[in-house]
Amino acid sequence: MNLKARKMVATGDHAAAYGALLANVDVVAAYPITPQTLIVEDFATFVDDGITDAEFIMVESEHSAMSACIGAAAAGSRTFTATSSQGLALMHEMLPIASGLHLPIVMPVVNRTVAAPIGIWCEYNDIMPQRDSGWIIGFIEDNQEVLDMVLMGYKIAEHHDVLLPFMFGLDAFILSHTVEPVEAPSSDEVMKFLPSYKPIASLDPDKPMAIGTFTPPEYIQEERYQTDKCMRNAKRIIKNVTKEFADVFGRNYHGLIEEYKTDDADVILITLGTVTGTARDVVDELRGRGIKAGLVKLRFFRPFPVEEVRMLIERENIKAIGVYDRSVSYGVGGPLYIEVKNSLYGYDLPIINFLAGIGGRDVVKGDVEKMYKILQDVKDGKTRKDIVWINTRGVKE
Amino acid sequence: MDKYERGERMNLKNLPDDEYFTPGHTACPGCAAPIIVRNMMKILGKDTVIYTPANCLLVFGGTYPYIAWKVPYFHEAFENTGSSISGAARALKKQGKKVTVVGIAGDGGTYDIGIQALSGAAERNEDVIYVCYDNEAYMNTGIQRSGSTPYGAETTTTPAGKKILGKLRHKKDMAEIMRAHDIPYVATASISHIADFLKKVEKMKNIEGFRYFHVLSPCPTGWRYDPSKTVEIARKAVDSGMWTLYEAEYGEITNIYKPKKKIPVEEYIRGQGRFRHMTPEMIEELQRWVDRKWERLYGEKP
Repeated sequence: MNLKARKMVATGDHAAAYGALLANVDVVAAYPITPQTLIVEDFATFVDDGITDAEFIMVESEHSAMSACIGAAAAGSRTFTATSSQGLALMHEMLPIASGLHLPIVMPVVNRTVAAPIGIWCEYNDIMPQRDSGWIIGFIEDNQEVLDMVLMGYKIAEHHDVLLPFMFGLDAFILSHTVEPVEAPSSDEVMKFLPSYKPIASLDPDKPMAIGTFTPPEYIQEERYQTDKCMRNAKRIIKNVTKEFADVFGRNYHGLIEEYKTDDADVILITLGTVTGTARDVVDELRGRGIKAGLVKLRFFRPFPVEEVRMLIERENIKAIGVYDRSVSYGVGGPLYIEVKNSLYGYDLPIINFLAGIGGRDVVKGDVEKMYKILQDVKDGKTRKDIVWINTRGVKE
Repeated sequence: MDKYERGERMNLKNLPDDEYFTPGHTACPGCAAPIIVRNMMKILGKDTVIYTPANCLLVFGGTYPYIAWKVPYFHEAFENTGSSISGAARALKKQGKKVTVVGIAGDGGTYDIGIQALSGAAERNEDVIYVCYDNEAYMNTGIQRSGSTPYGAETTTTPAGKKILGKLRHKKDMAEIMRAHDIPYVATASISHIADFLKKVEKMKNIEGFRYFHVLSPCPTGWRYDPSKTVEIARKAVDSGMWTLYEAEYGEITNIYKPKKKIPVEEYIRGQGRFRHMTPEMIEELQRWVDRKWERLYGEKP
């Protein structure tokens, strides 16, 4: 494979498939689901056009997709799949098996509503229930980051201090089916950054071993401890790999979180995914009006950047925090809100949860402006409501 | 060069001495599964990778850290034997390795929860061997009925009650379903006909593509019979027509064993506690099912 560096106009799905191609994956096992379909279609085209000699297993379900990926990764190959929504839910059983066996599979998840009612648009209630699966979970802002995240994903996941599978969410349609300019590095450059996968153990008749077998209580707790340790190690490795990526390719993603105009901000909004771009524009406009608004984009949900979030608060300029969630843990609040509150336990600071864009509803600048307005009011002591549903029929904001 | 490599036809005399499924496992006395696995592995040999889903074999052959397998062996979950072995086989193919990848599932993992992944792998004609050792119920979880449990049999979920006596439905014909997949090889076998069993294993080892190997696996614990009778019961299953031995290539039956003398099904079920409650009418119904199957497979009335 000898792919030259090029500028593409690519959908998020194409960026994901092209990332897998550049990562020189050995085995892909996948099942089509809207809006992930373009990823499998594009990869099938790479195979049928002879651009890659990867094995592509077109399985009969997502459960089988993940099962085949686990089998392939256990046999020592670099393995890729992609899914969305109901497909991720169907895979749910297999996810902790991939992490328990420490197999560095990389999987873009095109975030889509989970039924009922059935919908195909962006929502995070597909990926959030995978929180405790032992997978690294990232989120994406734009199509360039999709391609880059596949490459960084393997580098992070295959690191011997991590050895965990890696999923990242990209927003349905907003990224998956929308074209943006994407710079693709050459396969030679990628090879230097991401050499071939060297497994530490695999299904090898010359070195027979049992993988994933029936295990009594005398041994399982240690495995859990080790996986927890791997996830904690991942924070350090993510930072190192992000830095290395910036050195090689010139694009810096700043590790676990990315801050925007937070230095002197008195209110900040914490976001995941594409709403970050909208919020950046809003912050610029508010700054023009003299409002000290800041923004923090979380790039990873697992491992959760507890220390990074706490360090923001240590600076003492921040008086109110807003947390944007695109899914809800019923009766409690958004999953990100829960995590931020957990991280800031012991700090006396208002944390407001904004639930918006659920079921794929657009989050427009006006919605984000409302969030900042509410944060200003909270800061000034004029209002205090912890969980706010934005742009929801019959609900007062 | 061993006997197999010299191209001699496999039989009991030239069966390799090598053991890849070793003693010390914890199967119940009289269990047919280790007999199946041990003999099969002698022929499949060293360059084999084994997958077992959730089943008795997983537990009695591989409870960490006591592993009876001398070849690489893995487990993921229950319903995914077909897809797990697909992944491993494709990866090893991509690495250029000549390794036989074999999944060994029970009847629950094949007929019921695993049929989707199995059917998918067969349709794709993955280069793997799928073995179903069929003990006609969920034995590992404590003898619950499966799609393979025969009519009338008592299990813990089809008890012989005051109103309903055992299972109301007949056994699903899994090998016939696999035959409909147009795959290179489908074979049924029995430990009672060991020479036939060995020849089939030898044959399928050298076939490329999807191979389905289905072996009846009498279970003294679940079927409630004297553990010394396992081979005898397996033989009666064949002689009564409850279990039929054949080979099929690309859907066509190429070889079928016909018992010299067909025994009544009553003779097969006698001595098995799981059928003890059956009324004469129920035994007649089971016999009618056997006769229908016989006519379908042999093309003549019994």
